[in-house]
Amino acid sequence: MKDNDLPVTDDELHAYVDGELPADRRAAVEAWLAAHADDAARVAAWRLQADAIRARYSDVAGQPIPPKLQLARMSYASRPWKLAAAAGVILAFFLGGFVGWMARDTADDVPDAFERLAAQALNAHKVYAVEVRHPVEVAAADAEHLQQWLSKRVGYPLRAPNLEAQGLHLVGGRLLPTPTGAAAAFFMYENPSGERFTLYCARTKSPNSAMHYNAAEKAGAIYWVDSNVAYVVSSAGERKQLWKVARAAYEQIEPRVSRQ
Amino acid sequence: MIGFKEEVQLAIPALRRYARALTHDADVADDLVQDTLVRALRSQHLFNGGELRSWLYTILTNLNRNRLRSLARRPTITAIGDNDAPDASSPEAGGRDIERALATLLEDQRTALLLVVLEGLSYREVAEVQGVPIGTVMSRVARARLQIRAYLENERPMLRRVK
Repeated sequence: MKDNDLPVTDDELHAYVDGELPADRRAAVEAWLAAHADDAARVAAWRLQADAIRARYSDVAGQPIPPKLQLARMSYASRPWKLAAAAGVILAFFLGGFVGWMARDTADDVPDAFERLAAQALNAHKVYAVEVRHPVEVAAADAEHLQQWLSKRVGYPLRAPNLEAQGLHLVGGRLLPTPTGAAAAFFMYENPSGERFTLYCARTKSPNSAMHYNAAEKAGAIYWVDSNVAYVVSSAGERKQLWKVARAAYEQIEPRVSRQ
Repeated sequence: MIGFKEEVQLAIPALRRYARALTHDADVADDLVQDTLVRALRSQHLFNGGELRSWLYTILTNLNRNRLRSLARRPTITAIGDNDAPDASSPEAGGRDIERALATLLEDQRTALLLVVLEGLSYREVAEVQGVPIGTVMSRVARARLQIRAYLENERPMLRRVK
């Protein structure tokens, strides 16, 4: 009786519609609505809104899941033995996504900025990977200093991934410009046969993306954006190897998104 | 016991529904879901064993916010909901109205309302997804409803300016 005398608040009306109202206030709210036509009309309108939203979108959940969202195609991480066989499929999948992305955003300057960055990284690879005497500014022997310096200039804490498992050791790194005049970090790796891989990282405003692949004049690049940092892994080697290295780098780069 | 990936798999239809309602564009929505799944699988080790569904909604919500920020620099974003061709599968004109009404909401309000009404999350879960107190979620839901009602009753596009 006492509870029923308390005036009903707007919060309670919303909670009532959303099924969040404590059971002991239910009768009070219903009595209130019976006596207050304005509030009853508002509650009815909110319910109609919710019905309209559900009617408009609930079909989507019943549609078949398109191939690009099939989790099986993304679960490669736990099944390394399948990786080689899957690499072709995964690349095709990323390429397909990339074409779709470009088609969708032809009027958008953001993918262009991302593309320009990737092209710049690929050019840097071509210029420096063939350099014999001065491939890097700071050698791997000074890795600690290199990382501190580049972190400071690029504007976020970065660390050269360890790619020894891929047969690559760090040669060193250098500071490079981005197409927009910001600073980018550039790490170079080398395998025992002298093949070089480079990793280019720079801050970007482009949205997060899955991995993309692009190739130009014998060198290829795999690139992606993660938490406002763009990464470009380049090499002149075959795609499969590039993909493996990119994935290894990707997995080591500390995800900057986390729960709170 | 159901595994991490199986549970992610089960959430895909709902994530697609939520993404579609957020973006009003099937391709953009599926791109968002794809990026969400990639991120979730990769960050599996960061998942602390809480409610997986909320965590996936959190990732998708954040990715969408990043997307809107990068789009906000373009003036052409004013046309939300205008460019998509009439959807043959749309049941009735009411579907278009609610879509337009949703497009007039501030992003945080639209997110809160859709998570509650369409996805059936509790206020507490939405508070976790949005990283705000429950009271803020309730006020966002209330403002969203007020705005939608005003929009539908007036059916005037004056409120559809970009924020």
